[in-house]
Amino acid sequence: MDFQALLQQFLSKGVAHQASTFDSLWIFLPELVLSSSIILMLLARLTNVDRTIPTHWIALLGGMSSFMIVLYQFWQISLPDAIPVQIFTGLAMHDPFSIFFRGFLTFFLVFVIVLTVLTGIPDDEDAPDFYSLLSGAVIGMMLMSSANHLLMLFLGIEMASVPSYALTGFLKGRRQSSEAALKFVVYGAGAAGVMLFGISLLAGLLGTAEFPQLASRFQAVFAGREVMQDPAARCVLLALLMIAVGFAFKLSAVPFHFWCPDAFQGASAEVGGFLSIGSKAAAFALLVRFTLSLTGDSTGASQGLALTCGLGLGFLATLTATFGNLAAYSQRNMKRMLAYSTIAHAGYMLMAVSALLVLQSGNAGPDAAYRAIQGLLYYLCVYLFMNLGAFAIVAFIRNQTFSEEIEDYKGLSHQAPVLAIGMAICLFSLVGIPPLGGFYGKAFIFAALFDATRVHWFMWVVLVAGGVNTVISLFYYLRVAKYMCMYERPADAPAVAMPSNSSPGMYVMLLSGMVVFLGIIINPLANVALRAAHAFL
Amino acid sequence: MSPETLLTCIVFLPAVWAIPLLVFDKEAKEAMRYWGVLGTALTFLLTLQLWLQFDTKTSEIQFGFAHDWIASWNIYFRLGVDGISLPLIVLTGFVCLLSMLASWSIDKNVKGYLMLFLILETGMMGVFLSLDFFLFYVFWEVMLLPMYFLIGIWGGPRREYAAIKFFLYTLAGSVLMLIAMLMFYFNSGRSFDLIELAKIATGTGKVATFDQTMQVAAFIMLFIGFAIKLPSFPFHTWLPDAHVEAPTPISMILAGVLLKMGGYGIIRIAFPLCPYGAQYAAYFLVGLGVFSIIYGAFAAMAQTDFKRLVAYSSVSHMGYVLVGIAVWKIVDGKTINRDYWTMGLNAAMFQMLAHGISSTGMFFMVGVLYDRVHHRDINKFGGIAQVMPHYAGLAAVIFFAGLGLPGLCGFVGEVLSVLACWNFSPLLAIISASGVILTAGYILWTLQRVYLGPEYKGPHPEALVEANSRELAIGYTLVVTAILFGVLPNLLFSPMQGSIEALTQSLATAYETLYSAAPAVQAAQLP
Repeated sequence: MDFQALLQQFLSKGVAHQASTFDSLWIFLPELVLSSSIILMLLARLTNVDRTIPTHWIALLGGMSSFMIVLYQFWQISLPDAIPVQIFTGLAMHDPFSIFFRGFLTFFLVFVIVLTVLTGIPDDEDAPDFYSLLSGAVIGMMLMSSANHLLMLFLGIEMASVPSYALTGFLKGRRQSSEAALKFVVYGAGAAGVMLFGISLLAGLLGTAEFPQLASRFQAVFAGREVMQDPAARCVLLALLMIAVGFAFKLSAVPFHFWCPDAFQGASAEVGGFLSIGSKAAAFALLVRFTLSLTGDSTGASQGLALTCGLGLGFLATLTATFGNLAAYSQRNMKRMLAYSTIAHAGYMLMAVSALLVLQSGNAGPDAAYRAIQGLLYYLCVYLFMNLGAFAIVAFIRNQTFSEEIEDYKGLSHQAPVLAIGMAICLFSLVGIPPLGGFYGKAFIFAALFDATRVHWFMWVVLVAGGVNTVISLFYYLRVAKYMCMYERPADAPAVAMPSNSSPGMYVMLLSGMVVFLGIIINPLANVALRAAHAFL
Repeated sequence: MSPETLLTCIVFLPAVWAIPLLVFDKEAKEAMRYWGVLGTALTFLLTLQLWLQFDTKTSEIQFGFAHDWIASWNIYFRLGVDGISLPLIVLTGFVCLLSMLASWSIDKNVKGYLMLFLILETGMMGVFLSLDFFLFYVFWEVMLLPMYFLIGIWGGPRREYAAIKFFLYTLAGSVLMLIAMLMFYFNSGRSFDLIELAKIATGTGKVATFDQTMQVAAFIMLFIGFAIKLPSFPFHTWLPDAHVEAPTPISMILAGVLLKMGGYGIIRIAFPLCPYGAQYAAYFLVGLGVFSIIYGAFAAMAQTDFKRLVAYSSVSHMGYVLVGIAVWKIVDGKTINRDYWTMGLNAAMFQMLAHGISSTGMFFMVGVLYDRVHHRDINKFGGIAQVMPHYAGLAAVIFFAGLGLPGLCGFVGEVLSVLACWNFSPLLAIISASGVILTAGYILWTLQRVYLGPEYKGPHPEALVEANSRELAIGYTLVVTAILFGVLPNLLFSPMQGSIEALTQSLATAYETLYSAAPAVQAAQLP
């Protein structure tokens, strides 16, 4: 092939709905910007420039500019004649859904960087390592959210996971931190291996690894055969089960959640916040895209598959939410409690995916499915603010009292009302009490579940479990708020000061203010989420 | 003022009023208290203005308007008033103003207290004004957090237990309400509009009426949610704890307004949205109400804690509300003597308002004593009338209003609901009427033990000084309203009559249509 032909291939479109490689690179710009910021940070250290320009400015600039580019892309795809395209010859998808998540992740990256600057967790010496790991993990998560190929699915998950392991062990002096990282790595490697096996089984059985073709291949291979009875189909289910292991690990869903409390307790609160939101959001993006691609229009053989997947996820969600809430109840360490709360919230959000698949299998029409996705996306957005807010407050308090025990939060409202009120808002939003944002996410998901009850009775079980869990979760969130607001500060406890006009104070007010705002003005974000959901079906 | 602005102001003025409190100095307690009084007074004036503009001749929703809130879910910011909500809105403004005036006893963290108080008022107003089920639910929950903290931070020794108990009961009820709400939403072609839903339930809406199983299921869930707030036996156990531990002004709001949410919810939502379910449960509801009356009275009689006694008297008095609401007698699908049922509903509404005045007053009177001697043990009181004659006189009138003495507001609601009950079931009417004797028993006995007697022998006798002018002002206001509504009950009946008449009318027709259309309903008819 001569140079002319190569260039031609580079510039022109191959198939319909596919961008040329050149265009793909433009679409891939946010990720490229983040990558170059990583290189810049490392170069800066090499040349000692980081003594004059702090590394976090470079990281922040990278995060912000890639967020801006994603915003521009979202505007572009919202134009009436814009169509979703596959990039890099079908490896990744560029549609409102992936743009939504890339925007979410880069926005989140900016907030995490600001938080680490405020708490000063990486010192100047370690900053380039820390921020390049952080940005690298975000690139991996962005790949997860736009993956359109089984290979990309695996690559994305690994690329997001490996930096996370290192981040967990970042507090190098602490045994607990290293132990947590080791647990995380061993668990992650095991889960990744099982998942890879599942992927190869699936690709082998269906003869393709491209998402858009999974459904049609499945229907062609298994047309007229009963999914549960057919041996080959059971093999598909086995492959899916193995892939589900990988997802469950990323989502910290029961029974693959064991790494989560240890990793969160060992890692710094900033990293805990990052892991609990970022990797979860990306994993949900991937899960939604993968399951929807697999089940396609859920006619014929796919219908049974969608129902099986939906019910399976519903069962998993019920277990996860219940276990997370019950385990959180007895925790004394705030980060560990938040880790279990993260597990519980993964359960609630899994309920949305379960409802989505069950609705699909019942051919309830695209509108019902859109609303299930919309609920999930709204939940994730509020979750960003409320969970990051809680972790940020834990970090700010740790910086002053050197303690993360709930016991030591007694009477904080008298000394630092900003922290106490911010924490109360975040925690009550996590319970799901109006008018805080968390309620609407939960209400939308419950509504989708209710809608799904007309397809299958099991959704009633899931719905009731969700409701009961909400009530149970009140106890442990409330206990923290109670300690902070209803007790006097013990005389020997270290004093905490957080004036509302200090920058950490402003940061906390911004996050908790957003939680309240998203509970009062719902329309704009709900519409954006709906538009992102329209990428499917 | 245009009606739309007026309603929006009534709902949001208190919450907005709370924001400037942030800039007050922490020690400027007096200034903040006056600011709070000003806010509640303005809100009360706005509610009075609403009453002036209200047209008592029509039974329709007045001043209704709707704005997009969450467009993709058909959720609207929809407010409006009718004869059922109007008196309760005015009552809320009134009770909030009085309890704000009674808040001088709060000395700890005044700023936080006042802000939570004002947010609570917004929540209460929102519940009574909203006509969108989702919005109603949101406001219903908005009350939860401030109330939790108000009890939990400013309450008595067992405040944490009481606060979490209150929170948990209400949250459990809310989750049930949420599920019922979703049932209506998905069975009505995605609508949360309470008026539209009520129309569908009566068979005149855009889609087919809700089927019977769904109505029964939804009614049970809604009823439990509202019965917790009402409170009705067996969901009442949070109430004595919450009342006893809450500070005086918050007890006043709890008894004066929050309990009415339960009754209002049943009248506004549970009955109109599921006429079949309501009728299905009618006998049980009346029985529950009667049982609550007797049970509450006996429980009150057994108490030695003054505040706990008043709390149980609330359980007893709210029983009349449930009786009045539910006396819907149906034979062969036809409503028998609908006028009696209308009278029962009127009585229930009146009883809620009267109880809003008398129990607010009773809690205030207990609070005045508690502020002085710091205990509430009835057996250690006695002879208060000797040292505080002025106060004791006012307290006696308020307690007589609670007792249901003719000429005071408590009488009208009780007697009318018992009368209406006679049409439903003479047996239950007789039992509920005998509750009046028990009420008289425990109230007179309490008056005797606390206010009469030769001299006060309990702790802190030196602190027993006559009520100050602020306390007297609150007391006189309550006494005057209690007498006013006792002598001129029509003041309250006139705005509500039309709406209640229309409600019973439409429910009766709705049931009749449902009955004649479905033989299955006839077979399932309870004896």
